[in-house]
Amino acid sequence: MTTTSVPEQEGPTSGRRAALWRQVMPLALLSPAVLVTLAIVFFPMIQTAWMSLHNYVLFRPKNFDWVGLQNYFNIFQDEVFWISLHHTILWIVITVPAQALLGLATALLLNQKFPWRPLARALIIIPWALPSVVIALMWAWIYDSNYGILNDLLLRVGILETSIPWLANPDTALYAIILTLTWQGFPFFAVMILAGLQSIPQSYYEAASLDGATPWRQFWHITLPGISGVLFTAILLRTIWVANSMDVIFVMTGGGPGYSTYTLPLYSFLEARTNLNFGYGSALAMTFTLMLLGIVILYLKRSAKAVQ
Amino acid sequence: MALGRKSTLNRVLTVDLPMLAILVFTLGPYLWMLLTSLTAESELFTRGPSIFDLVWSNYERLFANVGFARNMLDSFIIAAGTVVVGLTLSVTAAYSFSRFDFRFKKVLLLQFLLINMFPLVLLILPLFVLMRQLGLLDTHFALIVANSTIAIPFSVWMMTSYINGIPKSLDEAAMTDGCSRLQAMRKVILPLCAPGIIATGIYIFITAWNEYLYALTLGGQNVRPITVAVQTMIGEYQVQWGLLTAGGIVGALPATILFLIVQRRLVGGLTQGAVKG
Repeated sequence: MTTTSVPEQEGPTSGRRAALWRQVMPLALLSPAVLVTLAIVFFPMIQTAWMSLHNYVLFRPKNFDWVGLQNYFNIFQDEVFWISLHHTILWIVITVPAQALLGLATALLLNQKFPWRPLARALIIIPWALPSVVIALMWAWIYDSNYGILNDLLLRVGILETSIPWLANPDTALYAIILTLTWQGFPFFAVMILAGLQSIPQSYYEAASLDGATPWRQFWHITLPGISGVLFTAILLRTIWVANSMDVIFVMTGGGPGYSTYTLPLYSFLEARTNLNFGYGSALAMTFTLMLLGIVILYLKRSAKAVQ
Repeated sequence: MALGRKSTLNRVLTVDLPMLAILVFTLGPYLWMLLTSLTAESELFTRGPSIFDLVWSNYERLFANVGFARNMLDSFIIAAGTVVVGLTLSVTAAYSFSRFDFRFKKVLLLQFLLINMFPLVLLILPLFVLMRQLGLLDTHFALIVANSTIAIPFSVWMMTSYINGIPKSLDEAAMTDGCSRLQAMRKVILPLCAPGIIATGIYIFITAWNEYLYALTLGGQNVRPITVAVQTMIGEYQVQWGLLTAGGIVGALPATILFLIVQRRLVGGLTQGAVKG
C-alpha cells in the first residue's frame, strides 16, 4: 500500500523527479539502520565463518593458516563437544518446560480477580529486569555450601543430613543452574500467556458454564486452544534464548566442576577466551548456530505470517 | 452473607495463597540478597542475616574502597550511547517499514528479527578480533557498537509496531496541507511516537546496562561496567558476601526502577518477540 497520493501541481520534469524520489525515499530512510547492521553484525558473522576455516590462535597472530574443514572434523572427535551437546539438550528440555508450566500457572492466577492483582503483576516480572550477573551472584549465595540459605533450610526441615556444595558437586551443579534459569525466565511466559488469556472472549466461558461444563473441561476446551498460538511462539523464542544464554553459567561455575556445566555456546566462548583458540572456537560457534537454525527458521516463518 | 464469606475463603485458598507462594519464590532470592547486604559482615557468619539490626556499612565500603561510582559512570555512558545510536538509526527505518511498500520489505524486516536469534558467541569472537585490530579495545565506543548489535534490531521492531498503530490518514492529511513526506514524519508522526520512543529507549538502556559478556570481553582496566565490576568482586571477595550482595543490589537498582516504570508498554513488544528475554 503506497500512500503517496500527494497532489502534483508542478510540471512534468519535477513530477518525474518526485516519482523517483518516492521510490528512493523508503530505501534512503532505511539505509542507515541496514548499513550499520551489515557492518557490525553481518560482516563479523562472515568473519567468524572465515576464522573457523583457519588455524588461528591469538597469541600466535602471524599464523593464520588455511585448514579448510579440519576444525569441523575435529569437533566430531572432540569428547568435550559431545559432553557439551548433551548438557545443552538437557538444559533446554528441562528449563523450557519448567518455565512454561510455572509461567502458565502464574498467568492463570493473574487472570483471576483478586484485590492485589496489579501489584502481583508488577512484581512478578522483577527477575527479568535483573542483570544476569546479579542473578548468578544471588543464587551462588543461596547455594553456598557453608552459609547458604538453601542448605540451612533443608537441614532444619530434616531433608538433608549434611550440607551439599550444590555448585561444586558435578552431580548437582547443572540442575542448580537450571533452577536459577527457570526462576529468571518464567515471568516471560507468564506475561505472554496472560496476554493470550485476555484475548479469549469472556462469552465463551459464560456459554460453557450455562451448558454445565466443569472448570477443567473449560480449561481443556477453551483456554488451552485459546492460548496455544502464544504458547507455541513463546516456547520457540524461549528455546532459542535458553540455548544461547551462557552468562549465568559462566558466572556461577565457569563451566565447572570439570566439564559438568559446559554447554555448547559456553564451550565455544571459553575456547576463545581461555585458550585463545579463535579458529576452533569459531567452528564451535558455527556448528552450534547451524544446529539451532531449524528452530530459528520455524520461528521466523511464524513471524512472517504475523507481519502480513 | 454466608455464601459471600465462603466464596471469599475459596478465593483465598485457590488464588491468593498460590499467588503468594509464587511471589515468595520470585522475590525471595532478591529480598534475601537485600537483607544480606544490610547485615554487618562480622555477623553474617555467626548469626546470619536478621531484620533487626540493619546497617549501611557494606554500602559505605562499596563506594569508598571498591570504587563502584566509576563503574556506574562507565555503565551509564555505554547505556546512554547505545540508546542514542539505537534510536537515531531505527526511527526512520521504522517509519519506512510502516508507511511504504517496496521490494524485499519482508526480508529486510525479518533479518532484523533474525539478528537477535543468533548466539552471542558468533559475534563476540569476531568483534573482539576486530576491535583489537582497530585498537579500540577497552573503550566506551567498542561497547556502544557491541550493544548496538542488540539495540538496533530491537528498536526497529518496537518502533515499527508502534508507528503501525498511528493511522496513515494523519500523514496524508499533513501532506494535503502542503507538508512534504519528511516534514509529515518529523512534525506529525514523531511527536505522536514520543511514548513509544521513550519506552524503547528505556528498554535499550536496561539491556545495555545489564549486558555482561560483551563488557567482559571488550572492556578492560579503563572501561569496566558495573556487571563486570560485580563479577570481579565475586573472585576477589569470595567470603565477603555482605559487600558482594550490596554490589548486586546497587548494580541492579537503576534497571529495576526503570523497568517497573515502563513494563506495561514493553508487554506489547514482548508478545511480538522483539524483546530479548
